[in-house]
Amino acid sequence: MTEENLTVSHAAYDSKIEGNIIITRLDAAINWMRKNSLWPMPMGLACCAIELMATASSRFDISRFGSEVMRFSPRQADVMIVAGTVTYKMALAVKRIWDQMPEPKWCIAMGACASSGGMYRSYAVLQGIDQLIPVDVYISGCPPRPEALIEGLMKLQEKIEGESSFLAQKQEPTHP
Amino acid sequence: MSVAAEMKALGLKEISEFRGETTVQIGLTSLNGLLKKLKDTGYDMLLDVSSLDHLGEEPRFEMVYELATLDDSKHVRVKCKVAEDIDVPTSVNIWKAANWHEREVYDMMGIKFSGHPQMERILMWEGYPYFPLRKDFPLAGKESEMPEVAFSGVAPLEGGPFVTSPGSTRESGEPRARGES
Repeated sequence: MTEENLTVSHAAYDSKIEGNIIITRLDAAINWMRKNSLWPMPMGLACCAIELMATASSRFDISRFGSEVMRFSPRQADVMIVAGTVTYKMALAVKRIWDQMPEPKWCIAMGACASSGGMYRSYAVLQGIDQLIPVDVYISGCPPRPEALIEGLMKLQEKIEGESSFLAQKQEPTHP
Repeated sequence: MSVAAEMKALGLKEISEFRGETTVQIGLTSLNGLLKKLKDTGYDMLLDVSSLDHLGEEPRFEMVYELATLDDSKHVRVKCKVAEDIDVPTSVNIWKAANWHEREVYDMMGIKFSGHPQMERILMWEGYPYFPLRKDFPLAGKESEMPEVAFSGVAPLEGGPFVTSPGSTRESGEPRARGES
């Protein structure tokens, strides 16, 4: 091996060293795997869910970003996309489903309602899902277009890229 | 025959007309008998059951029934004043459609219906302590807590409430921030 080959900075496929070794940081490898296969838990609660469905369909095609595997079981999901108005009647059900998702997990608050209650300043509507579960990405819009959701997903991927996944594995889980 | 004349022929006294709509006022004791009679005379479709809160007046509440003929050619509205804590006889035995309407009236206004097969809330959860469409219920809501079931909080109304103002010109009547919080 020449000096040049030893300074590989990213996990990359190189036919010259295939079958030998790939040098990278453990975090980079874990994050790379995580961010390119985010299985969503579609929490479709209102009209945002229509845009979420459009995002999953062929025209916008969320599978280009590795997130086409919508799982209606929280136990197989990585990211909960809260798409729509969270009423107080529904709020604890959303929380329960979130609690059933295995770590590591992320949350996207899609649209005005999920982010802040939106236009519903009302006795019946939770004023933002972040009152119950931690939100990683907020997406504005009423409802957001599929492009906006995809941008939110890409922002989440950027965020995952910077996480210290290995350290987080070794830490004791914290419960609020 | 006009709807009003038809009502007169049925022996009803308090009949009013406004913009082509006919309203009949009736006492609580004769309410169910009248609804039955109207159904038999052709007003066989129940469009809606709703209620009003005349806070500060006596009696406080008022039931509103919207009836129509099946071919939609004639409409009539039946109103009936109800005092607080008085049950209204159910009309489920006349129209099955009344079932969910009456549950909604109970849920939002707190008027109970005697003889109803399932007198429970329909929109809010069972155990929610308030009736949100009453006039003395604040727009922002009230806090409540029912462990394991649901909770509710007070919505921030800074720059609100975003409601229409009746009786004002079109521009000032639009829903927008009114500085009340």
